[in-house]
Amino acid sequence: MSAAIEIAQVSKRFGSLQALDSVTLEIHQGEFFALLGPNGAGKTTLISILAGLVKADTGVARVMGFDVVRDYRQSRRALGVVPQELVFDPFFSVRETLQIQSGYYGLRANDDWIDEVMENLDLTSKANTNMRALSGGMKRRVLVAQALVHKPPVIVLDEPTAGVDVELRQGLWQFIQRLNREGHTIVLTTHYLEEAETLCERIAMLKNGRLVALDSKANLVKRLHNLRLKVRINGVLPDSLTGIDHGLQNGAHLLWLKDYGELEPALAALRMAGCEILEMELEQPDLEDVFLEIMKRESPS
Amino acid sequence: MSGFQTLLRKEVLRFGKVATQTVGAPVLTSLLYLLVFSHLMEGRLRVYDAVPYSAFLVPGLVMMSMLQNSFANSSSSIIQSKMTGNIIFVLLPPLSHWEFYCGYVLAALVRGTVVGVGVMAVTLPFVDISVQHVTWILAFALIACALLGTLGLIAGMLADKIDQVAAFQNFLIMPLTFLSGVFYSVHSLPPVWQDISHLNPFFYMIDGFRYGFFGVSDVNPVISIAVAALALAASAGFALAILKTGYKLRF
Repeated sequence: MSAAIEIAQVSKRFGSLQALDSVTLEIHQGEFFALLGPNGAGKTTLISILAGLVKADTGVARVMGFDVVRDYRQSRRALGVVPQELVFDPFFSVRETLQIQSGYYGLRANDDWIDEVMENLDLTSKANTNMRALSGGMKRRVLVAQALVHKPPVIVLDEPTAGVDVELRQGLWQFIQRLNREGHTIVLTTHYLEEAETLCERIAMLKNGRLVALDSKANLVKRLHNLRLKVRINGVLPDSLTGIDHGLQNGAHLLWLKDYGELEPALAALRMAGCEILEMELEQPDLEDVFLEIMKRESPS
Repeated sequence: MSGFQTLLRKEVLRFGKVATQTVGAPVLTSLLYLLVFSHLMEGRLRVYDAVPYSAFLVPGLVMMSMLQNSFANSSSSIIQSKMTGNIIFVLLPPLSHWEFYCGYVLAALVRGTVVGVGVMAVTLPFVDISVQHVTWILAFALIACALLGTLGLIAGMLADKIDQVAAFQNFLIMPLTFLSGVFYSVHSLPPVWQDISHLNPFFYMIDGFRYGFFGVSDVNPVISIAVAALALAASAGFALAILKTGYKLRF
């Protein structure tokens, strides 16, 4: 079985900006995958290369085994992209927009699926409304629908929830999760890390055009410090704990622990040093911590 | 090929939905030209012995409006899509450069033809015009619309801003059209300007188009159709080549 997305040694330069620097990445069929990174990291460039909107300087990109340049017809048929920019064609209604988009993929009698997509994205009541008259959130839904008209096995969503209300976000994710259960591969870029955390199994992180992390969510979170013990104490922190102390936060020491096994010795050390614990909190790291940590670590010195 | 058919249909719908502006306005403009110029010039200028000026003017006006509207259709569609970003809706699907080219150019041809027929229809009550060779009329009309549709596609692709397309239209297409003998026969010009006019491909299209109506022309229509076809082939070749590389469309 070919990978849903295969990116090998892909580089792209825009003038003096190295947008992508030898990125290699494989996304399996049926995965729910997150592509994370700060603004300007190269996420959209990478997606544009997959979609054939941008040509890679070097390297190869394939969608469902089809080279995005050589076999562009098959690769584009296999891919549905929800672009980040809120674009629309002001000449047409929602239904016309979706019928036209179907036609571009050679689909003529596609109205059953168009109705289903509109139903799931809560667009049915706006079917005959001109695109111009829709709110931003509604236009975003139409963009999602347009990406799905040809039932692509691979769906890429570039910041689909930017500027979108909570209700749509939930409805959208329910629908996308259903498509994922039905076998579609989903690739997501988002600024909302909690979305990636709840939805995605595997995560890649990009920074300055380079791939800086690629692992399962669980491994990524495990890979750094695992637990943070926040204690506010009466007294001086014993020497044995200063090594794992990461400074004061609102008067509380922030101790980094590898696992739960280190919790008891830490508390014992505090007791032996005669410290009284005034407040204590144990924090599990989340994806946001990992993200910030990796981005900080990968900063050019 | 149904991707191409959809693109063609979409492009035709696009101007059809605003037909007042895309068809009605140029038809009215041509009618005004006819009323003013034929009134002013009637009796002062006789180009061919048997043809009154107003009848001479009509094929020129028809051709001019076809040229301008074919160009306007493809150029405005591409540049607007590029400006608003919705060009990605045609870049994401598996459309080949041939489908892309044919979709935009045939839609331009449809608009040019519709406008041309419209101009013809509204001017008929005012002039007595004959048709000698309908085949030549159709051949010149179709090649001219396809050529200008292609030039519009090229202009739209090369331009980064709407005013660049406007510059292409105002500083190239308009002068070439006006100086091609819409309002006069180039025979009435001084010899130098006659020679210069013969370098203008639009001149051959208008001259050949007129031949279809009156059976007389400044240049043999076979030569004219060859020039027009050559211009179309060259511009189509260029348009297809830049479409294939994705110049200014795929980065």
